[in-house]
Amino acid sequence: MQTNIIRFLRLIVGSIRDLAPIVAVVAFFQLVVLQQPIPDLGNILVGVVFVLLGLTLFIQGLEMGLFPVGETMANAFARKGSLFWLLAFAFALGFGTTAAEPALIAVAAEAAEVAAAAGVVADSKDAQDTYAFSLRLTVAISVGIALVIGVFRILKGWPVHYLIIGGYVLVVAMTMIAPNEIIGIAYDSGGVTTSTITVPLVTALGVGLAQTIRERNPLIDGFGLIAFASLTPMIFVMAFGILWDLAG
Amino acid sequence: MLDLLLHLFWTGLGTVRDVLPIVLVIFGFQYLIIRRPIANLRRIVIGFVYVVIGLTFFLVGLEQALFPLGELMAAQLTDPAFIHGAGAVVEGVRWQDYYWVYIFAAAIGFSATIAEPALIAVAIKANQVSGGAIGVWGLRISVAIGVAVGISLGVFRIVTGTPLHWYIMVGYIVVIIQTARSQRTIIPLAYDSGGVTTSTVTVPLVTALGLGLATAIPGRSPLLDGFGLIAFASLFPMISVMGYAQLAAWWQRRAKVHGSEE
Repeated sequence: MQTNIIRFLRLIVGSIRDLAPIVAVVAFFQLVVLQQPIPDLGNILVGVVFVLLGLTLFIQGLEMGLFPVGETMANAFARKGSLFWLLAFAFALGFGTTAAEPALIAVAAEAAEVAAAAGVVADSKDAQDTYAFSLRLTVAISVGIALVIGVFRILKGWPVHYLIIGGYVLVVAMTMIAPNEIIGIAYDSGGVTTSTITVPLVTALGVGLAQTIRERNPLIDGFGLIAFASLTPMIFVMAFGILWDLAG
Repeated sequence: MLDLLLHLFWTGLGTVRDVLPIVLVIFGFQYLIIRRPIANLRRIVIGFVYVVIGLTFFLVGLEQALFPLGELMAAQLTDPAFIHGAGAVVEGVRWQDYYWVYIFAAAIGFSATIAEPALIAVAIKANQVSGGAIGVWGLRISVAIGVAVGISLGVFRIVTGTPLHWYIMVGYIVVIIQTARSQRTIIPLAYDSGGVTTSTVTVPLVTALGLGLATAIPGRSPLLDGFGLIAFASLFPMISVMGYAQLAAWWQRRAKVHGSEE
């Protein structure tokens, strides 16, 4: 019991260290640069305590839940030895977590507005909703495919940089022909797809797979899944923009 | 008080909805395809509950404390009255006038990245897997430096109105050169850290800054120029993480050379 309390206190101290910089930055700019008092100090203190508590619990749950699940699944699929089901699992995980991602829903809605302002989409709510939904679907499929390629790469032991750099070359080439209003959104969509819950799970899955296959190195082969998940959305969103233009 | 409880409740529901697809996929595959009981199921379920509750409190706390202040600050710092002094009439945009905005962008980029839970997770994993060779803080600080530089530069781009893809393409070329010269063990981790950095804490603050700037500067459109900061924030950590590894290797070589001379 007592060791548990000490463990928890140690985690809290860790969280304080993690959060100190951002609190310091905000306080410095408010008090010194903008020279304004901090409004609602009581509310803010409650908020800071919540953030602390939340981060501590999250880190605790990470080691108990998210990491072990990723590793267990990697082990189970490796033992089962079915490539098809492993890849199906990778796709479902990528697609499922991205389709419901709130950050993506927000970006897709904004993208529809940009497209309407550029005259690519009719200025009606229906047309914009269709555009936003198609865009979300595109990104979700692209993340599913990213994990499929990423997992397949781990099995084969291909070096990650050839694939990623090849992808970048494709991104640059597509930037030349993609319609202007989609480029900023495409570049940003790579960053919004990987959420706080997905990242630890996917990382544990990749590292777990690399650990179960004897000739793979967990550092060289296990990491890289997230990189694929942030690259393919750029390619797919630009392709979406090009095709949408051609169709319309 | 009641507001806070309601806020907690709705955010909690939102987090459950985020976790739901993951749980469905995992348990679906577990029971239909793998058909084996999960080891330590009880512990894992408790872990997931911790994650959901933790993330809920984390998000509510951020929305309660940091986001309103951060967003207000972004708006105030980009306000023409702050930048040029009250009542001043300025023709055109001089990028030098925005120095506080660049400093703020760097500081908020750095500190938000240090607080990012997903990056903490990847750093812990990398530390475990490398047998301690990759330090948790070494990785987090180099990623944070990358985000700081990236967001600062992204803000500079919005102020000057230069095209996004020039910066990104030059960044890619730097990444390719560094990849050719880096140790193979750091490359996948460096590539991953680009995508990891941009989640819960960083995205809302950075988006507010980009939109605030694009609205305040004459001739910029929030819809067209407000985007792109996230892309900067995910490109530059790759450069800084590989740079850190190269620097560390260089130091080691230097120390060796000096050691053998003495």
